[in-house]
Amino acid sequence: MFSKRRSEEMAPVDTLWEELKHAHIASPAERWILLCGGLPCSSTSCCEVKKATQDELDKHRLSLEIKEIGCIGDCSEGPTIIVYPEGVIYRKLKPDLAREIIREHVKAGNIVERLLRGDPEPREELRRREKMPFYRRQSRLVLRNCEVVKPDIEDYMKHRGYSALAYVLSQMTPEQVIKQVKLSGLRGRGGGGFPTGLKWEHMLGSPGEEKYVICNGDEGDPGAFMDRNLLEGDPHSVLEGMIIAGYATGAGQGFIYVRAEYPLAVRRSMQAIEQARENNLLGEDILQTGFSFDVELRTGAGAFVCGEETALISSLQGSRGDPEPRPPFPVQSGLWNLPTLINNVETLANIPIILLCGADSFAKIGTAGSRGTKVFALAGKVRHTGLVEVPFGTTLREIIYKIGGGIPGDKTFKAAQTGGPSGGCLGEQHLDLPLDYDSLLDIGSMIGSGGLIIMDEDTCMVDIARYYLDFTQDESCGKCTPCRVGTKRLLEILTRITHGEGQEDDLERLEYWGRLIKNTALCGLGRSAANPVLSTLRYFKSEYVAHIRDHYCPAGVCERLNRPRINQEICRACGLCARICEAAAISGSKETGYRIDPALCTACQRCLEECPFEAITGGEKVHA
Amino acid sequence: MTTETSILEGELQARLQPIVERYRGKRGAVIPVLQEIQGVLGYLPRKALIFVATELSIPLAEIYSVVSFYSQFSTVPVGRHRLEVCTGTACYVKGSHQLLEELGEKLNLEPGQVSPDGRLSLATTRCVGACSMAPVLKIGEELYGEFTADKIEQLLGSLARREEADRE
Ligand SMILES: Cc1cc2nc3c(=O)[nH]c(=O)nc-3n(C[C@H](O)[C@H](O)[C@H](O)COP(=O)(O)O)c2cc1C
Ligand code: FES
Repeated sequence: MFSKRRSEEMAPVDTLWEELKHAHIASPAERWILLCGGLPCSSTSCCEVKKATQDELDKHRLSLEIKEIGCIGDCSEGPTIIVYPEGVIYRKLKPDLAREIIREHVKAGNIVERLLRGDPEPREELRRREKMPFYRRQSRLVLRNCEVVKPDIEDYMKHRGYSALAYVLSQMTPEQVIKQVKLSGLRGRGGGGFPTGLKWEHMLGSPGEEKYVICNGDEGDPGAFMDRNLLEGDPHSVLEGMIIAGYATGAGQGFIYVRAEYPLAVRRSMQAIEQARENNLLGEDILQTGFSFDVELRTGAGAFVCGEETALISSLQGSRGDPEPRPPFPVQSGLWNLPTLINNVETLANIPIILLCGADSFAKIGTAGSRGTKVFALAGKVRHTGLVEVPFGTTLREIIYKIGGGIPGDKTFKAAQTGGPSGGCLGEQHLDLPLDYDSLLDIGSMIGSGGLIIMDEDTCMVDIARYYLDFTQDESCGKCTPCRVGTKRLLEILTRITHGEGQEDDLERLEYWGRLIKNTALCGLGRSAANPVLSTLRYFKSEYVAHIRDHYCPAGVCERLNRPRINQEICRACGLCARICEAAAISGSKETGYRIDPALCTACQRCLEECPFEAITGGEKVHA
Repeated sequence: MTTETSILEGELQARLQPIVERYRGKRGAVIPVLQEIQGVLGYLPRKALIFVATELSIPLAEIYSVVSFYSQFSTVPVGRHRLEVCTGTACYVKGSHQLLEELGEKLNLEPGQVSPDGRLSLATTRCVGACSMAPVLKIGEELYGEFTADKIEQLLGSLARREEADRE
């Protein structure tokens, strides 16, 4: 089944990368249809589109294969069909449009120009996936299979699947594998960024009659979906990485821990495990090499802290997900007090790539301290949302504007949130910062697992800080006092600021509590819980001050502080509003224009109703 | 065997026994057992918790400490259709809090409540990973992206039609 190749015969990453990139247009004679079957699409009208496509194919007696794959990452545009060999992509489909595509394109051979969407790019650019800016500017290495390969073992094997494992088991010693992983410079994608090879080395050297590998698929960062996507779209890559990890570190049993909110990921991982067992890639004496390894799937039960490795272990043992102090680290004493290696889903999905392409080639991608690519989950106020994979060192500007197509409407960019509840908010001044593990830590955030939420002028940064503290306060397990009490204090202060009841020294209080928790909490949840507050305080301080001093929310989000505003471009300075304002909150002149003093305004809305030019807005409930 | 002493009667017993049997003797089985039972019953009644405690020889207090820790578990009944609004960041930024409020008004339910006929319940959920379609409403395993409160009547209509079809 597998050809045993020596490492010098392996394609270097550049060539392999080229090959992977073009894999889906490699055989022009073949016509097939790809249907995006990731969770967002499959949950909208995808089933109907699929049925319509199949019906129409049957009607015209066309026997084509419809491949239902994982998510192609362009989720705001689904459901999506790609017709090969041309690689023409049709988006936002409805059943009748799908029928038309089968009739016109597949049967008659005419591309249905009318249905190519995605302005304002020129049409030529739109047809093919690899030409569209959203894809063209990405480096899809980890996500390569999610777009082309069915989440099924047969198709995976056709695309070099399990050849890295076969090679490792037959040709390499565990030490050699670890050396390659170390050389690649791979760091953990779960948030901490610990060098993977080093962790494996510690694990190999750690004595224990049994050892475990855990794949961390808890993905608790609200707003992140990279791991869900990998487990749904390419579960075998993750599994292959896991089996290799087991071999390299001397483990015999693995667990995939997937959060309960991801039912499709659970099913697809389960199926992958069963298929791997059927093919002797799991179980006793794998590929007759004498190595035995099996994997069990466990689902989380809804607790953010269970993404933290020691809490995850408690949860796997059947208890509350309480974290434990480290050391001892899990590689020394983890599950059932035995050596346990915990790696993130995306970390493991990188392993087959490193062994296929060679560590040297892999290490050429990215920045000095952060090698390879990172998958970001781009969401929020950005035109094209979805998964974006780029080399480390790519700037926010590239991701938001070139790949993501910029901010929708005529709004302006305000902030990008990275790292979820443990991370921070970056402002405009950071748009050109090359993103990697270290650059983000330097500015008080972190790359985290890869959540990237874009915010525009309509987002209130104080409210966002409050939102995250509400989250961490709720998710704090309560075991250590700094986190239990500290997150509560922070939330109280932030809530009162958003209610207009902030006090002058609240900013100092936030700093004080923030640093206290950071320095004294037991686990990473508490130690990073203040990051959203501290980073917004640092880069958006004026918004805090406006809330406290002027009782004014510049974004118009905080309901109790939301006051009408005069748009100076529309205002003709007629002075009517100033005359009718009962609170005498409006002042100005023909020359200077008029302004509303938010401290005096009672939000009675009269000016808003009376203004003949409709120049006054706000004051009502404004939501993003 | 604990069968004679079990506090569950007839049918309930028949449905839960196979679940605990499958996990008997396995380490760390409490959470998967509770998950499966909740999958069958919709929630975790006290009787079921006592059953698990007896069958797996685990103190009831420990079972309760697990149940109260994880947000997935519910000790009160939920509606046949459980409407959950995502409160993840991407959804929040796109106004999910307002969606929740409006749905509550339209359905006359507070988050956490069940309608008197037991048909609908309203709740919040953590991020379901469909952030690119925010704000997201989840009903059972189905997700409805870019959801607005004015779409709810239509959605309830199609749920009703489906229920009818299932009955036939
Ligand atoms: C509060 C908290 C939540 C975490 N959540 C996750 C998570 O959802 N997924 C994950 O892979 N790692 C998460 N981690 C990091 C894990 O503790 C651990 O470092 C990681 O799984 C190790 O894998 P890696 O080295 O491959 O990144 C979290 C850490 C903390 C402190
Ligand atoms: S934030 Fe709502 S689905 Fe992720």
